[in-house]
Amino acid sequence: MIAIKDLHKSYKMGSNVLHVLKGINFNVEEGEMVAIMGSSGSGKSTLLNIVGMLDLLDTGSYTLDGVPIVNLNETKAAKYRNKFLGFIFQSFNLINYKTALENVALPLYYQRVPKKERDEKALQYLTKVGLANWATHLPSELSGGQKQRVAIARALAAQPKVLLADEPTGALDSTTSYEVMQLLQEINDEGKTLLVVTHEEDIANMCKRIVQLKDGIIIEDKKVNQVRASEYV
Amino acid sequence: MFSSDNWQEIFQTIKKNKLRTFLSGFTITLGLLIFITLLGLGNGLKNSFNQFFMDDATNTMFIFPGRTSMPYKGYNVNRTIQFKNDDLTDIQKNFPFYLEYITPRIFRNGTVTFNNESNSYSYVGVSPAHQISEKTIMMKGRYLNDLDVKEKTKYAVIGRLVEKDLFKDRNALGEHVIINNTAYKVIGVFQDEGGDNEERRIYIPYTTLQLIEKNTDDINQIVLAYKPELGYAGAMIFEEKLTKFLKEKHEIAPDDQSGVFIRNIADNMNDNQQLSGVLTLIVTFVGIGTLIAGVIGISNIMVFVIKERTKEIGVRKALGATPFSIITMILQESIFITLIAGYVGLFLGIFVLKMIGDKLEDYFILNPYIDLGTAITATIILILFGALAGYVPAKRAAKIQPIVALRDE
Ligand SMILES: Nc1ncnc2c1ncn2[C@@H]1O[C@H](COP(=O)(O)OP(=O)(O)OP(=O)(O)O)[C@@H](O)[C@H]1O
Ligand SMILES: [Mg+2]
Repeated sequence: MIAIKDLHKSYKMGSNVLHVLKGINFNVEEGEMVAIMGSSGSGKSTLLNIVGMLDLLDTGSYTLDGVPIVNLNETKAAKYRNKFLGFIFQSFNLINYKTALENVALPLYYQRVPKKERDEKALQYLTKVGLANWATHLPSELSGGQKQRVAIARALAAQPKVLLADEPTGALDSTTSYEVMQLLQEINDEGKTLLVVTHEEDIANMCKRIVQLKDGIIIEDKKVNQVRASEYV
Repeated sequence: MFSSDNWQEIFQTIKKNKLRTFLSGFTITLGLLIFITLLGLGNGLKNSFNQFFMDDATNTMFIFPGRTSMPYKGYNVNRTIQFKNDDLTDIQKNFPFYLEYITPRIFRNGTVTFNNESNSYSYVGVSPAHQISEKTIMMKGRYLNDLDVKEKTKYAVIGRLVEKDLFKDRNALGEHVIINNTAYKVIGVFQDEGGDNEERRIYIPYTTLQLIEKNTDDINQIVLAYKPELGYAGAMIFEEKLTKFLKEKHEIAPDDQSGVFIRNIADNMNDNQQLSGVLTLIVTFVGIGTLIAGVIGISNIMVFVIKERTKEIGVRKALGATPFSIITMILQESIFITLIAGYVGLFLGIFVLKMIGDKLEDYFILNPYIDLGTAITATIILILFGALAGYVPAKRAAKIQPIVALRDE
């Protein structure tokens, strides 16, 4: 599903160049649930953003679902993002003037799904994350956990191949975190590929594989026995 | 791009972002309102200026006959040109488009007697329109009318000073004065701001004068007024056509400069025109200034609006929005708002001017107006620049990496 070879990425900060990713080799098969761990500043988000085509790599190669991601213009990138990728952010990134339902329906709008069908599908995904009753509420009327579940529903709505979550539980208390993880595990159970950036051990252990980043390289990559979040809820 | 779905999305953002909508709309509305009001008031100022300084029927032309200075069509040099009544009717017939009114003037001097008092005055044969060209103000009685001209009545309208000289403290109305051995009934007394000379005049129907002078139809001057809406340029064209017409009619060589003379009051107005031009310049300057301020205002607001939306743009891009869809979203929104706001500003401005009307006459603002063409041009300029002002930052926002937009706080 994801194949990354010898990936480098650096940021220019004035005259300084900050080499963030220094040769990443990394493959993810369909249906995997991978935790990316590492200390702050180790390049986790940078890696995830490149995988998510929100950011560009400097050198190396990246293939997503057999499609080499090179020299994409923004329009093409937008199409791929819409079709292949779903994002879940630490800070939710819901559009504040849109209701839960409208937020979930937004990726479908960019797929040119007709309004009626869009709303039906969005409601279906809101039901899946247990928020059907909150469809008409604005993000400001939702709790953190609820917001993240709306964001998950939104990421799912476009039926992407890969879900990318950057610290999805970072802004949540532990109980709510486990609820969100339970949801993500269920989504993975249905066969979706998940990449989860986290620096919490217990969250990482709820994935099936843990990749450790340090100073821009992978220092450890191991399969783990998945801890079911339902045990904690 | 123009699907109903798209518009729904735009209406939603407009509806749910009231402050933003209000700000950008308000700038446009206010800009136009100020523009139209200022320009209108400026025009009003010009109007009252014109009334003050160009008050003596500026649209008047005087036509004098002369002597030819070239032989032409078998005529000798030095032929005296004589205007006749048919010159009046021919001008009326040939220039209805230009002509407001026309009157002959036949100047005579004579002894005028009442009882034992007598004095020498000039008396003038005219038609009723002469009152307008001369701005004659009636103090009592009436001026000559068309019937007097037609019936060749022996009526006279005398100047204030004529009455004073001949009648002392008595009322002249209804009395008879003898002018060069003919008795005329005084039907009116006038005053004129042109000074003492003009108030020592007597007006009688030109037809009566012609009848008494051996029934000729000679006239010695023609005074006419062109329609004011022709403006200066129109008057020049009229003058040219009229000269050509009269030269042809009286068989004067086309390049003979002394056969007929036309004196156009508008020519004498040059100084006043210049002052009026300065006013126009100031008004235009202020107008353009307001427009520029409006354009800068809307540009700033668009930059602010898009800055505020950077994160949203990042989210939309992460969800699959193409740069094109981002730009069209922002543009459609801004054009829609500026269109509505421009419309409102346009009508509000015109409404304000209507409301002001003549209320500010004391402040030298007379009949403020703006011509619709200027108002609409200004509206279009603001809308256009509003769109352009939106386009530049929108394009920039659509081009930045989504991750940069997402990181924006
Ligand atoms: N756009 C950028 N410009 C400059 N430097 C950047 C940029 N994005 C990230 N960095 C730097 O790159 C390094 C890696 O950043 P990254 O966000 O990938 O870290 P992280 O592992 O996600 O850390 P955290 O756990 O704090 O989120 C950091 O030192 C960061 O300051
Ligand atoms: Mg991070």
